[in-house]
Amino acid sequence: MTRTAPASPINRAARIPTKTLRQWLRDMLLIREFEVRCMQAYQNKKIGGFCHVYIGQEAVAVGCTAAVRPDDPIITAYRCHGHALARGMKSKYCMAELFGRIGGCAKGKGGSMHMFDKTRHFYGGHGIVGAQCPLGTGLAFATKYIDEVIEGGQSGKVTLCFMGDGALNQGSFHEAMNLAGILDLPIIFICENNGYSMGTAISRGTTMGHEITSKAAGYGMESAVINGMDALSVFNGMKPLADRCRETSRPVFVDMRTYRFKGHSMSDPRKYRTKEEEQKHEADDPIDRLAAQLINDQGMSKEEYDELIKDVRNEVREAMEWADASPPPPLEELYTDVYVETWGPYKGTSPPMMFLEEQAEAEAQKSGAKRRP
Amino acid sequence: MANLTLVQAINLALIQEMEADDRVILLGEDIGKNGGVFRVTEGLWQRFGPERVVDTPLAESGIIGTAIGLAMAGLRPVPEIQFEGFLGPAYDQICTHAARMRTRTRGAFSVPMTIRVPVGGGIHAPELHSDSPEAIYAHTPGLKVVMPSSPYDAKGLLISAIRDPDPVIFFEPKRIYRAFREEVPEDEYTIPIGQARVVTEGDDITMISWGAPVIQCMQAIEKASASGGAGKSIELIDLRTIKPLDIATIITSVKKTGRVIVVHEAPKTAGFGAEIATEIMEHCFLYLEAPPQRVTGFDTIMPYYKLELDYLPEEPRISEAIEQLAAF
Repeated sequence: MTRTAPASPINRAARIPTKTLRQWLRDMLLIREFEVRCMQAYQNKKIGGFCHVYIGQEAVAVGCTAAVRPDDPIITAYRCHGHALARGMKSKYCMAELFGRIGGCAKGKGGSMHMFDKTRHFYGGHGIVGAQCPLGTGLAFATKYIDEVIEGGQSGKVTLCFMGDGALNQGSFHEAMNLAGILDLPIIFICENNGYSMGTAISRGTTMGHEITSKAAGYGMESAVINGMDALSVFNGMKPLADRCRETSRPVFVDMRTYRFKGHSMSDPRKYRTKEEEQKHEADDPIDRLAAQLINDQGMSKEEYDELIKDVRNEVREAMEWADASPPPPLEELYTDVYVETWGPYKGTSPPMMFLEEQAEAEAQKSGAKRRP
Repeated sequence: MANLTLVQAINLALIQEMEADDRVILLGEDIGKNGGVFRVTEGLWQRFGPERVVDTPLAESGIIGTAIGLAMAGLRPVPEIQFEGFLGPAYDQICTHAARMRTRTRGAFSVPMTIRVPVGGGIHAPELHSDSPEAIYAHTPGLKVVMPSSPYDAKGLLISAIRDPDPVIFFEPKRIYRAFREEVPEDEYTIPIGQARVVTEGDDITMISWGAPVIQCMQAIEKASASGGAGKSIELIDLRTIKPLDIATIITSVKKTGRVIVVHEAPKTAGFGAEIATEIMEHCFLYLEAPPQRVTGFDTIMPYYKLELDYLPEEPRISEAIEQLAAF
């Protein structure tokens, strides 16, 4: 097993163009603003059921997504808004899904845990802890099979399979790791280790919780520990792993150290940790850190930073207005999308509005036709 | 035409679908080098290579989860689970992912996967190797459940299942894997999922079954016919597909006969026979001459082989039900 030490962000930061770093900062700000507004919307009863926000972990989704190509598959569990946005899903579709409206990425019938974007190779958004891991294994298997067996070429994609540290205790995680190892699949299992599975500290629920890369060792898998609170560390740690995984088709496991600033869900009293602990981590805000790097080392002005903040605020406000204007799914939708055919009570299937709209936009762009924004 | 067993018919269907479509890929425990626990995939590993006939570790949840990922990415996986009892560890993946993916993603992603599973008793195996859990999966929206009772049906239904855009659980009754042979066309053909087969026509009693007990039903019908008793002209319906249920064929028959027997191996309580009986009462209440009868397994765990034939719905119990129903 190779242990990869966290890469030094300072040495390699200069190699990443300022424009790219600014885009990452904007993506992280967008996720933060989106999640803050989600919390408010939840309090205002615009969002029902459960809502798991990503605040504090933004650098992980943004840095990991940047380290792979846009057509590399991504799959995750229920804390999925950040990954969807980092992958490029438009915030209005994401918000409409949370609001339970027909305009949402899953026609407003999936909610917080079920973000999907087929166009952007984002495979969800799943509610059972750890159960998405074998699906990730299957996605990696599929890309390799399509590249090698169907196309007759070389395996050229990497699948990112995200999970929380709670997944480490689930059987399906271990089955997926073993399968990926035995079948030589190009997949990176990224454990977003925020220290808690709901309210259970990792030391109380997971053997070897202080060194979870030992799980990978059991499967003969390369592993790395990466500082998930720093976007540059995430990118610089992930990029070589992703490149090597793509080239060698060998799976990798990453202990991505991070912290969720808020509760597990909106109704979490957080009795399992102290205010002091939360404050300590909040002082290490990944957004502040990247902003400081841009301002101090890359010449971004305070005004430019404020402009970015204003920009994402506008975007999320518009997303909320759009979501609010979208109607709830009609009752007939109860029996759609269960089977492809129409039989018995079932009424067949059709893609969500998001796909149709984006398809139309792409067509319009191709033809150069005018379109409404 | 070739005279094939059910095992050979399935093997042939797999070969033809794999030759016609590179997206069809098999995975499961010992299905490759060893040809499968019941030798259903014999020779496929040599023919298509280990890339398409994939020997997996013994990990049902992992196998089905991986197959779901393959299907979401556009392939047509056909995973094998060695025995129906081993579906237990894969239940999570089947019911929380495969069945719901189309609904969860509102049509963006589908799971065109066919899970092949040997099912049922009659081979002297213990519980977990002789169960009949079809009702559990029929109860889960999003799944289709198929169970053939003959080599001809097995081939045509399996080809339909593999080509189906939604997940199908394809139960293969192990008792009749090699029990008899039947003429099976070498050309590919399909039997539509959701269409029952009227095996024998009759005017007095409708008998409904699926899978291996169809054979016991036919034995009972022959006996009734040989005895020449009045009121024992029996129409046997082989469901072939448990879900979607071909209720139209059942209604037509029951409206004609007014008497019904449902025969299945699974335990009686909340078995699929209960669903059929209720459907019949909803649609044919005023046509019924007698309460619907059920000849089923008992509400207990499948016993080991010395009691196996007492548990299964064998011909004498079916014949007894015919007598009772005819006399009602």
